[in-house]
Amino acid sequence: MLSPVILIPVLLNGLMTGAVYALIALGLTLIYGVLHIINFAHGAMLTAAMFACYFAFKTLGIDPYLSLFVLAPVFFALGYVLQRFVIGPASHGEDRNMLLVTLGLAVVIENALLVNFRGDTRTIDVPYAFATINLGFTFLAVPRLVGFVAVFVVAIALWLIMSLTDTGRAIRAVAKEKLGAQLQGIDVPHIYAVTFGLGTACVAIAACLLMPSYYVNPGAGNAFVLVAFTIVVLGGMGSVPGALIGGLTIGVVESLCSLFLGDSLGQVGIFLIFIAVLLVRPQGLFGAKA
Amino acid sequence: MKSFVPVALVIVALAVLPLFVQSNVVLNFLVVTLMLALAGQGWNILGGYGGQYSFGHAIFFGTGAYVTAILQVKYGVNAWLAFGCGMVAGAVVGTVVGWLAFRAGLRGSYFALVTLAFAEVLRIVASVAPITGAGVGTLVNLDMRFSAMQFQSRAVFYWLILSLVAAALIITWLIERSRFGAWLIAVRENEDAARALGVNALTVKLGAMVISGVVTAAAGCFYVQYFLFVDSHIAYGTWISVEALLTPIIGGAGTIFGPLVGALVVRALGEGALLITGHAPGLDLVVFGMVLIAVVWFSPSGIIGLRKTLLGKFRRPAAEVRRG
Amino acid sequence: MAEPLLDLRGVSRRFGGLLAVGGVSMNVREGSITALIGPNGAGKTTLFSLISGFLRPSEGEIYYDGRDVTGEPSHKLARRGIGRTFQIVQPFAGLTVRENIRVGAYLRHPRRDDAMAAAEKVAREVGLEPVLDAPADTLTVAGRKRLELAKALATEPKLLLLDEVLAGLNPSEIRDIIPVIRGLQRRGITVLMIEHVMQAVMSLAEQVFVLAEGRLIAEGTPEAVAADRAVIEAYLGHGAAVRLATVSS
Repeated sequence: MLSPVILIPVLLNGLMTGAVYALIALGLTLIYGVLHIINFAHGAMLTAAMFACYFAFKTLGIDPYLSLFVLAPVFFALGYVLQRFVIGPASHGEDRNMLLVTLGLAVVIENALLVNFRGDTRTIDVPYAFATINLGFTFLAVPRLVGFVAVFVVAIALWLIMSLTDTGRAIRAVAKEKLGAQLQGIDVPHIYAVTFGLGTACVAIAACLLMPSYYVNPGAGNAFVLVAFTIVVLGGMGSVPGALIGGLTIGVVESLCSLFLGDSLGQVGIFLIFIAVLLVRPQGLFGAKA
Repeated sequence: MKSFVPVALVIVALAVLPLFVQSNVVLNFLVVTLMLALAGQGWNILGGYGGQYSFGHAIFFGTGAYVTAILQVKYGVNAWLAFGCGMVAGAVVGTVVGWLAFRAGLRGSYFALVTLAFAEVLRIVASVAPITGAGVGTLVNLDMRFSAMQFQSRAVFYWLILSLVAAALIITWLIERSRFGAWLIAVRENEDAARALGVNALTVKLGAMVISGVVTAAAGCFYVQYFLFVDSHIAYGTWISVEALLTPIIGGAGTIFGPLVGALVVRALGEGALLITGHAPGLDLVVFGMVLIAVVWFSPSGIIGLRKTLLGKFRRPAAEVRRG
Repeated sequence: MAEPLLDLRGVSRRFGGLLAVGGVSMNVREGSITALIGPNGAGKTTLFSLISGFLRPSEGEIYYDGRDVTGEPSHKLARRGIGRTFQIVQPFAGLTVRENIRVGAYLRHPRRDDAMAAAEKVAREVGLEPVLDAPADTLTVAGRKRLELAKALATEPKLLLLDEVLAGLNPSEIRDIIPVIRGLQRRGITVLMIEHVMQAVMSLAEQVFVLAEGRLIAEGTPEAVAADRAVIEAYLGHGAAVRLATVSS
């Protein structure tokens, strides 16, 4: 039996990584809930945001936690424009086409980054990268703690947007009954684009939370997004609480698997859960049966 | 396509090509193009005709490649036999993944996701398992003999891949003309309506998945014989999953020649992009991605359907309204 | 009297807590045209989906041609001879009319040429011959309804379930299609039809079943059912029969 001295830090670590997963999954599930497509460009967006965060620090000296406040709106706008002027018109309203277009975007973004920045892995050195807080029985890494707290702040902010603003109400209306919303005069393409923008802003924030303790290369986002797919499927496509609970669960499962099986096989554990959930309960553990 | 004549003409025209082209660079270009067309033809049978969009066709390509390589290197199996086993392995993977996914009723996004996930699992497992050579990969010994399925002349490799592509074209042509093909297309267009007409959607999709698996696995088997090397990124990486769907979508999904046309266009564009910019890695893929989006946007039925799409723009504006 | 072709024994279907079809027992005589009527949301289409194997009954059994077929999947039932059309027409939109019908014809004719010939014969019968090579999505509403019928007919069914084939047609189109349905009966096909167009029910059906809120509330000849008090109330609301009787007396 493992001693709690080893197990507790592993669990805490898992929860904190899981929070960032949850944020990425939140963006994915939001887009799915409204547009009913899986955004295969989500990972590439995350990588792009990580690069943006990296260069903001390297060339302008802006701290990742500060650039968050710039990058979130910038990526919101980027997501809005992409959905409104590329994905939407290119897909002709067919789901299969949307899959292909988002996949195409992922290929373009990822490889454009590769062309420009090569495959090099880059990191940034912030003074607090290795700062810890002593809890007596274990140490907590400061960047991870900040990430953990920030994710919940973002989730609450999203919830407030959804329930208090007119746009939020319109998003929920479109998610529920697209045709009815359209008949009530809601501009559906606009709402689609806003949703896509919000989802993309989520990965921008996640990128800024990750950068102090993580690295970036042109494929960096993919690992996270495959995990985010798992979370979204686990939590139920389109379910926001599902994404949060699913994210934390997967974070813990991953760090436990890594402890017992080593890093790369830990990832296999996640995918096997993913495939099992898809095959047995595709509506997710928290989703209602369609 | 009703007549076999165009299929035969294309095969013959491609077969005599090496008599006029001696350049190894050109032959190499054509060999790789045909290999991608073969992988794409596999995708086309399931995705183009059956409407089941797989984002993880690497599971077939990679399994074919690894089985061919490992049987030769680790078990001393004859290359031709190993090649055949690689294709059978593709069928096995198709049966297992197809049965799991279709029985669970996965369609659309979900099917794309589960195939992607299977490819990722296999990639990670292949990158650590000792039998695949883990991170190092598996190298097939150089042995330029017919019995080892290795040839001094590029032209022979060309004819080998061409005969595989020809077989795939004929299989596709036969599918188009058969009851199985009609039912497969019916499932793509409207699964419920097909079921009401007595179509067992599960077995039809499964059948397509198995054929698809064999064809794409053959491309993987060929890869190993041609390049004599495979590792987890080549075998199960996203590049081949993307190329396998790119070629038919760009050429024209659900048409016999779609993957072939698509592969030619994609490769020509890719090579062109690399030439112009001095081989910046990734640039060809940037171009592919943009072409993919452009094709979906402006000619959803691919290059082969382009003529129809253009005519349609003038003749039937009503069609646009219906799509919206 | 001969054994019924279709025999439902206490068939129910629940969706979560909602009872869509509750304890329906009914039978359809071989060679007849039978109508299933009832207000919107009565569970008629659900009942069709149960009979044609698209849904499994929560309770009860379905006998077809003397054997228990409860829970068999739709493609098997189609093979046994149960054909159905959909209320919302389901053409294979990217295919031509000929190809659409051929999908059904392949069920009994595995060879391409035979299937082609069978499909053309069906097209002639339902009046789609002039548009055989038109894409299915260019047809008019009436054309689509005919195509829906043709596809099902091409499977050469013994029992044909028609789900509102007349809905959305104008009176002259309805006049055109009624002889086609009668022709089915002459060919020995048993027809069970959901229909809202009462004029057609009156002129075609010999037996009518009335479903309301998932339960069978009346059955009999069209005349008897039309005069049934429970039926009138189901359609027009509680007390309607009394009010109507007062008005007409």
